[in-house]
Amino acid sequence: MKLYEHESKTIFKKYEIPTPRGELTTSSPQVKEITEKLGVPVAIKAQILVSGRGKAGGILFANSPEEAKSAAGKLLGMEIKGVKVKEVLVEEKIVAKKKELYFGITTDRAKCCYVAIASSEGGIDIEEVAATTPERIIKVFIDPMYGFRSYHAYQIAGKLGYGGGQMRDLATIFFKLYNVAMDYDAELIEINPLIETVEGKFVAADSRLLIDDNSLYRHPEYQKRLISEGETDLSAQELEAQKTGLAYVKLDGNIGIIGNGAGLVMATLDAVQFYGGKPANFLDVGGGASADMMASALNIVLSDPKVEVVFINILGGITRCDEVAKGILEAKKRIGFTKPIVIRLVGTNEEEGRRILTEAGIHFLDSMEEAAMKAVEVAKSGG
Amino acid sequence: MGIFIGKRTRVIVQGITGSQGSFHTRLMLDYGTQIVAGTSPMKGGAEVHGIPVYDTVEEAVEKHEANASIIFVPAPFAGDAAFEAIEAGLKTVVIITEHIPVKDAIQVMARAKQAKVTVIGPNTPGIIAPNECKLGIMPAHVFKRGVVGVASRSGTLTYEIATGLSVSGLGQSTCIGLGGDPIVGLSFVDVLREFERDRQTRAVALIGEIGGNLEELAAEYLAKEGYTKPVAAFIAGRTAPSGKRMGHAGAIIMGRTGTAASKIEAFKKAGVDVAEKPGDVARLLAERLKKKSISTRCKSEK
Repeated sequence: MKLYEHESKTIFKKYEIPTPRGELTTSSPQVKEITEKLGVPVAIKAQILVSGRGKAGGILFANSPEEAKSAAGKLLGMEIKGVKVKEVLVEEKIVAKKKELYFGITTDRAKCCYVAIASSEGGIDIEEVAATTPERIIKVFIDPMYGFRSYHAYQIAGKLGYGGGQMRDLATIFFKLYNVAMDYDAELIEINPLIETVEGKFVAADSRLLIDDNSLYRHPEYQKRLISEGETDLSAQELEAQKTGLAYVKLDGNIGIIGNGAGLVMATLDAVQFYGGKPANFLDVGGGASADMMASALNIVLSDPKVEVVFINILGGITRCDEVAKGILEAKKRIGFTKPIVIRLVGTNEEEGRRILTEAGIHFLDSMEEAAMKAVEVAKSGG
Repeated sequence: MGIFIGKRTRVIVQGITGSQGSFHTRLMLDYGTQIVAGTSPMKGGAEVHGIPVYDTVEEAVEKHEANASIIFVPAPFAGDAAFEAIEAGLKTVVIITEHIPVKDAIQVMARAKQAKVTVIGPNTPGIIAPNECKLGIMPAHVFKRGVVGVASRSGTLTYEIATGLSVSGLGQSTCIGLGGDPIVGLSFVDVLREFERDRQTRAVALIGEIGGNLEELAAEYLAKEGYTKPVAAFIAGRTAPSGKRMGHAGAIIMGRTGTAASKIEAFKKAGVDVAEKPGDVARLLAERLKKKSISTRCKSEK
C-alpha cells in the first residue's frame, strides 16, 4: 500500500530524518497563512497517489503568500490523471541546493534480501540514470541475518563523495531510513531527491513509502483505509473488484477476460492478443472460486461499457467446474447476458459443469486456443 | 525418484487441523504420499484422517523420522512454522500459504540457506513426482509419470501445460511450483541444476511470467553451462502493461525490468525454444527430443 507523501513525511519526522518545514491543508486561504508562517518561496504539492505527479502539473511554486493561495486554488479540486486533488502539502522550497542525491531500500528477488540503493544523481531522472549509467548507482545487499550496519551507511556516504561531519549526517539518515523500512515492512522506501543544501545540510525533499500489503495486519493504523472513488486513478470496475476481493486490472481493449489463476489469465490475455484481439481487462477469480465469486466477476466485466464479448477461461484444479457453471447461471439470472460470452471449461468436475451449461443452452469450448480465436472473431464482428 | 521428493519422502503436515490442511492431507494420502504426522499447537493428541497430531514439529520428528514438511499455517504464523521445520532438521519444506509478509519470507530463506534446507514457495501449488509423491494442492489427474521436468512460477498455467505434456505422452518427471511471490526459496537455476543430474528427466519446461529476473538468470546459466537437455519456455504476460500488478505479487513490470520481451530474448539467445502459446510447449519439446534421438520412454515405477 502506497502512503501519501505527507504520511511518509510524518513517519520521517518521528525518526528525526530532516524534511522541509511544511503543513497539510484542504483550503487555499489556509495556504496563504501557512506560506506567511514558512516564508517564501514555497512548494505546493498535490497529495495524490498517482505516479509522475510533478510532470503532470501536481507541484506548483510560489514567491508570495497571495501567489501561493492562487496556486493552491488551482490545485485543489483539479483532476490529475483522473484523480481529484483534495489536499495539498505546503512546504518551504529549498532554493539553495548544491546537489540532489537518491537513497532507497527495496527487495532483491534473486538474492532474497533487502538492498540499499544510492546515487549522487538523484531527481526525477533516476530511472534513466540507472538504465544508462549503472556505474553511478551504488548497491549494498543487506544480509538478512545481520541487518544494515553502521559501516554500510558510512561506506555508501563515502562512495557518494562525503567525509567528516557530512559523512556522519548522511550515514545517520541512511541508518534511520533502514529502521523505518524494517519497522513499517516497506516494500519500497525512498528519498528522492535527498537534497544537499549549499550550507552542506541534507534534507529529504520528497519521499515514497510502499508498505507490503501482506504485512498490514502488523500496521493496524493503515489497515482500514478503504480506497474510494476519486482518490485514486482506479476505475469503477477496479474499485468494485477490490471490494469483492477479485484481482482485476483495467486494460483498453474490448474483450473482457475472466480466468482462474494469475498465470493462466495472463496467458489468456496473450492468446487473445496473439489472434489479433484486444483484452479489456485482467480478472483472476483465484483458486477455488465459488459460484458467487464467479457471478460477481461476470458482473464487473459486463459493467464495462467498452466490453463487447466476454471470454471465460477456466481450468479446474482446486476450482470446480460445476461451481463455475452455477456462477455463470447465477450471473445470467441476476443481470442477464447483455453481451456474447465465450466459455472454455475443463478440469475438476468438468462433466457436471458442462451438463449445467448445456441444460441452460450455453455453449462452451475445449481448448484455450480455440476459445481465444472464437472470442476475437466475435469481437471483430461487432459483438 | 523425483528431484527433492520421492517414494521415501516422509511428510509432516504443519497446520493439519485447519480446513485446507485437513482437506489436502486427505488428497495427498489418496495419491500415495507418505504422511507420517501432523502438527498444530495445542491440538497434540488428536488425529486427522488417522494421522497423529503433535503440538510441535520437534516432537513429530522424534516419533516418526520425517524428512519433509508441507505448511498450511495462516500467513501471520507461517514464517515461524518454516523456522520450526528447518530447526527440526527437515530437508524439504513446502510453503503453500500465500500472503506471507516479504520481511518474513526473506528471513526464512536466509535461515534455510544456512541450514542447507530446500524451501519451495511460499504461495506455491507445491511439488509432484507423478506416481511417487505429491506434496502440494495440485489436481493429481493432470499429471502423468514421464520425462519432462517442469518448473513454474504459476499454478493453473502449470496445470494447462502439464495437461499438454500428459496428452502428448511425454509426461512429467517432477513438476515444481516455485511460487508466485517476489521472494521464494527456489530459483529456475536451482531447479535446472537438479534436473540436469536427474536421470528420469530428459527435457525441461520452464514456465515464467513477467516481473523479476529469474528467467534472465536461468537463460544466463543455460548459455554458460552448456546444458545437455532440451529446454522449452513459456512466458505469461507478453501483453501486460507496466506498473500494474497482475494478481501475483511477483507479476509486475517495474520500469524497464521484468518485461516478457527481455525474458523471451534472453531465452532465445540461450538456445531455448520459446512457446508462443501454452499448448506449444509439449510439441516443441517432442520435436527437440526426436531430433536429438532421445528416448521419451520412461521406466514405469509402481
